Amino acid sequence: MTAETIPTPVAAPNTGPPHPLAEFWLYFRANAGAVVGLFVIVGLVVVALLADVISPHSPIITNNTVFLKPPFWQAGGTLAYPLGTDAIGRDILSRLIHGARLSLLIGIAVVVLAVFAGTVLGLVAGFFRGMIEIVIMRLMDITLTLPSLLLAIVIVAILGPGLMNAMLAVSVVLLPHYVRIARAAVISEVAKDYVTAARVIGAGRMRLMFKEVLPNCVAPLIVQATLGISTAILDAAALGFLGLGAQPPTPEWGTMLADAREFVVRAWWVVTLPGVAILVTVLAFNLFGDGLRDALDPKLKR
Amino acid sequence: MSVLVSARGLTRVYDIGRGWFREPAHLQAVGGVSFELAAGHTLAVVGESGCGKSTLARMVTLIEPPSSGRLMIDGLNAVTPPASEKPRLRRTVQIVFQNPYGSLNPRKRVGTILEEPLIINTNLSKQERRRQVLEMMAKVGLRPEQHSRYPHMFSGGQRQRIAIARALMLSPKLLVADEPVSALDMSVQAQVLNLLVDLQAELGLAYLFISHDLGVVRHIAHDVMIMYLGVVMEHGAKERIFARPLHPYTQTLLAATPGMGKNRKRIIAKGELPSPLNPPAGCVFSTRCPYVTDQCRRERPVLRPLDERLVACHYAERFLEQPAA
Repeated sequence: MTAETIPTPVAAPNTGPPHPLAEFWLYFRANAGAVVGLFVIVGLVVVALLADVISPHSPIITNNTVFLKPPFWQAGGTLAYPLGTDAIGRDILSRLIHGARLSLLIGIAVVVLAVFAGTVLGLVAGFFRGMIEIVIMRLMDITLTLPSLLLAIVIVAILGPGLMNAMLAVSVVLLPHYVRIARAAVISEVAKDYVTAARVIGAGRMRLMFKEVLPNCVAPLIVQATLGISTAILDAAALGFLGLGAQPPTPEWGTMLADAREFVVRAWWVVTLPGVAILVTVLAFNLFGDGLRDALDPKLKR
Repeated sequence: MSVLVSARGLTRVYDIGRGWFREPAHLQAVGGVSFELAAGHTLAVVGESGCGKSTLARMVTLIEPPSSGRLMIDGLNAVTPPASEKPRLRRTVQIVFQNPYGSLNPRKRVGTILEEPLIINTNLSKQERRRQVLEMMAKVGLRPEQHSRYPHMFSGGQRQRIAIARALMLSPKLLVADEPVSALDMSVQAQVLNLLVDLQAELGLAYLFISHDLGVVRHIAHDVMIMYLGVVMEHGAKERIFARPLHPYTQTLLAATPGMGKNRKRIIAKGELPSPLNPPAGCVFSTRCPYVTDQCRRERPVLRPLDERLVACHYAERFLEQPAA
């Protein structure tokens, strides 16, 4: 006999498989970066929603007594303008807070547009195959061959600068990713017997596409959409920086960067702080998206 | 005894693309199959993989149209049905698939899956649909509380019960079962087969039962049709064929089923199934038949009546003298 005792297995309460959400959280929690990303995103959403309440000043009203005031911890800074002011005396913190609202709006609106159009195109391509598929997919391939920012610039140049047109341009740039993912998922689902079974009981084409196949294709699309938000924010900021996106005095982070370019040596905070805001937001969405992908991927389940 | 399904020379040819500059190849998956199936009876279609039995099932269920041939189901033309008759045909024929893991939509609850045929094809009220769903669940041996569960919460046998229930929701007269038990465990196979037998007795269903398992066929079939490379080899009453197979291919199939008989003669087919893209010129079985002659390689035998069944072999008489197995 050995001294070791075999631990009696604890009788697990047999409640069947856990709720899908609980199971998802179990896998998601394991990824610390993703959890941090989630918290940052939640924080940003709260800030964006409460922008009017929490921002100490108006984001667009200039105050010509306080040009380029440094943040409060530097000599010459005051707590009235915690993160300093820009070249025409606007409070940077207030502008960043209102910019969060705009950036999230851009990210979500662009991705919603791209996901919606991309899913429909991918669904049609994967469902009908043949000529329709070839036309759609080759168009998407052409879009993919062009550098994304360049393509966005071209589209904005055609439509004219402005936030709406910039968002539209970024959606077009993101579109091919969703079309390809949706098409691939649809093709693999359509081959399954449950689709044939639905056809045999007389389901029409629309019912097959949207009620049978589509719900089984959403997981990869959700992941790509989360990752797409960060790309959208970044591209929209780049367009803003180039003067093609949001127009001054809109407190958009990319536009703020562009306005502050000439003060990069004299007043570091005017350029650095919007840059940090973009960095943190994009990073948060990327980490969250990665965690989401890992948590939703059945192949990685233990 | 009324004829429910009547097929004459059903053929299905697939064009296989071979690149841009070559003519597509023609693959004859099913070559001129004829049969009749009476209401309340079971016709088992037997053959190895690639013999065209699933293609036959897909044609009879109207999933794909035959390339040529005639198919009448319940007195309706099922090859080119007029649009007005399509709904009636659909309600007459339903299918159960081989793999119960792929044939149920994983995102839908059992109740929704079973309700769907009624939503699409009838104008019943919500309460009436629910009542019929629960009734059908009881009929196939599912409990009412399983109504709102998802397919992944069920075992293979239970899923196949759900698939059978879905197929029966529209009260079809013909159920095509495409290897309905081959993905299940032995013990569960028996349960599902017994369920099918009970349902047939209760509802007067006709089954077109696709299988490669002669043990299963012996249990469930009235008539048996043996297929090889898209062509019927032997077709007749189960008792006749099992007692004295007249086609060498049927003999090899029967010899290959595990059994406990003593001194069983083993007839083993040589080699592999030939490519259906390039079938043998004469009898399709000639490349593997142990009794092959020059005539077999030259001339394709026609299906002819002999000893109360149909058989496609030049030398079938030779096997009549053999003692019954």
